[in-house]
Amino acid sequence: MLKIALDKIDSLFSAVAEKQTLYIPADRADGASEYKKYENGMKMSSNLNTLRSAKDFFFPQTENLVDFKMEGKNIEVIDIREESEDFVVFGVRACDARSFTILDKVFLSDPVDSYYKNRRDHGTIVTMACSKPAETCFCGVFGIDATEPEGDASCWNDGESLFIKANNEKGQAFIDSVSSLLQDGDTAKLDETKAKTKEILSKLPLANLSTDSFGGDKLNELFRSEKWAELSESCLGCGTCTFVCPTCQCYDIKDFNTGNGIKRFRCWDSCMYSDFTKMAHGNPRLTQVERFRQRFMHKLVYFPANNNGEFGCVGCGRCLSKCPVSMNIVKVMKALEVK
Amino acid sequence: MNTNDTLIPHIGVVTDIRIDTPDVKTFRVVSPEGGKVFEHMPGQCAMLSVPGVGEGMFSITSSPTNKEFMEFSIKKCGCLTSWLHAMEVGQQITIRGPYGNHFPVETDLKGKDLLFIAGGIGLAPLRSVINYVRDNRDNYGDVQIVYGSRSMDDLVDYKEIITEWVNDKGIEVNLTIDREQEGWDGHVGFVPNYVKELNPSISKTVLICGPPIMIKFTLAGLKELGFQETQVFTTMELRMKCAVGKCGRCNIGNKYVCKDGPVFRFDQLGELPDEY
Repeated sequence: MLKIALDKIDSLFSAVAEKQTLYIPADRADGASEYKKYENGMKMSSNLNTLRSAKDFFFPQTENLVDFKMEGKNIEVIDIREESEDFVVFGVRACDARSFTILDKVFLSDPVDSYYKNRRDHGTIVTMACSKPAETCFCGVFGIDATEPEGDASCWNDGESLFIKANNEKGQAFIDSVSSLLQDGDTAKLDETKAKTKEILSKLPLANLSTDSFGGDKLNELFRSEKWAELSESCLGCGTCTFVCPTCQCYDIKDFNTGNGIKRFRCWDSCMYSDFTKMAHGNPRLTQVERFRQRFMHKLVYFPANNNGEFGCVGCGRCLSKCPVSMNIVKVMKALEVK
Repeated sequence: MNTNDTLIPHIGVVTDIRIDTPDVKTFRVVSPEGGKVFEHMPGQCAMLSVPGVGEGMFSITSSPTNKEFMEFSIKKCGCLTSWLHAMEVGQQITIRGPYGNHFPVETDLKGKDLLFIAGGIGLAPLRSVINYVRDNRDNYGDVQIVYGSRSMDDLVDYKEIITEWVNDKGIEVNLTIDREQEGWDGHVGFVPNYVKELNPSISKTVLICGPPIMIKFTLAGLKELGFQETQVFTTMELRMKCAVGKCGRCNIGNKYVCKDGPVFRFDQLGELPDEY
């Protein structure tokens, strides 16, 4: 497999960043990591568990959709869309990479969302195998192998070298663009590293979580469960879980009057918010019980019902570490599990 | 970019505004070049918007057989609808669609005797089907329309009903209002009770739209009369932003009202959670 020595990785990043925008996980002052635009000399964080997922690059928190000019009784519709520039997101974990199969099913199904597709077409996702899974990780529950990440190209770190392999044409183009820096390498040590990681993964506290009680065929029995009231009792409705989630895709569309025309923008929304479904005549999800239930039913029942059994969760663990009241999908699954 | 995106709307020109009731107006919309902005089927919806104010989903009340314009009967009940009610003829709005499924006018309804049951503004989506059936009269059996509202002033499309619908061969119109009113010599009482009194033949296929409470009691009454859920269709409405099943809020269970609906058969609706 092709590889580059870890102490030469700066030259790889520089070569990529010369041609297109590159984002890598970088350390923050508070110890967490987040994606940052690469600049010469920047070090990649060893913590791939970024605060926010790579979703942001393809489905940003806010984006302009269309502009309007109003003049008297007339309206002019201005298509402000522009072809995205090429960019690379490097160091994406296997779980976060899988989230794009889920988001693609939403945004690339008919009618295609051109805003999302534009970025998908121009963005290259280079994944990185995990070697330090966290206690909050449970990607294996959803059939994801953290040591064999998907994406356009995949990377592995054996402690000395970075190994890289293309998974499709886009990934091959990425490798070709830096091929002069790569050389063939022996993967014996890498295989050991993978085996060690697999060992850690198998012993993670959440490794044995079961999805057997969930899926599209359990819709009514799970919806009617009496446990939702108790489970949702502590939920503050803050929406943090939906914002850090790599698969949450609900959005709002709003208009902003700039004083010189109207900007229609899209921004993330959350099913946890009270006005999410509020209408002039009432609200079908009146209390936090219904809102809380909606979020987990969507991930564990509704999404699989519409997508051949695929769950809408990738086990990244962000909601586990970020919920201010420590409520999360794992607790929900354990509580609703039929043993 | 050359690709279309459904979120980028078209321009529509409001060429006529009809005052139907104290809180319902019917807006006629054409494209700036004249003619309809797009084609639709009965029961489908469109997103109408006044940029800077908001965007909302409305059923298209005109029939697709009308080749000149689309009409929307809209009740004033919020920010956007208040703005629409304050508009003058000639105002441009934005419009996108058509969205959702439609009443099965070319399949399940074909050749059937039809019973339309509407309450208040609930006539708006059914009017599209009624006029489609009137314009394709040979394809359908007898038509019975039961329509009720709070008062005679709240009957939407009253003029069209009493000057056109009642005079059509094979159409029976039964109007009712909630309370006695001077100048009204028709039936008085709530729609669910009136339907039971009329005792329609259970061979009819039913299309029903109105306030949730009316639908609930009418459906119960129909079942008492011997109707099956499989012969009753309705159309739903929930909050929407995208209209294409992506913004994530109008779902009932795993079905999105915007794209899997708005038209549902009651047996299909019965399989979904009661969250609407």
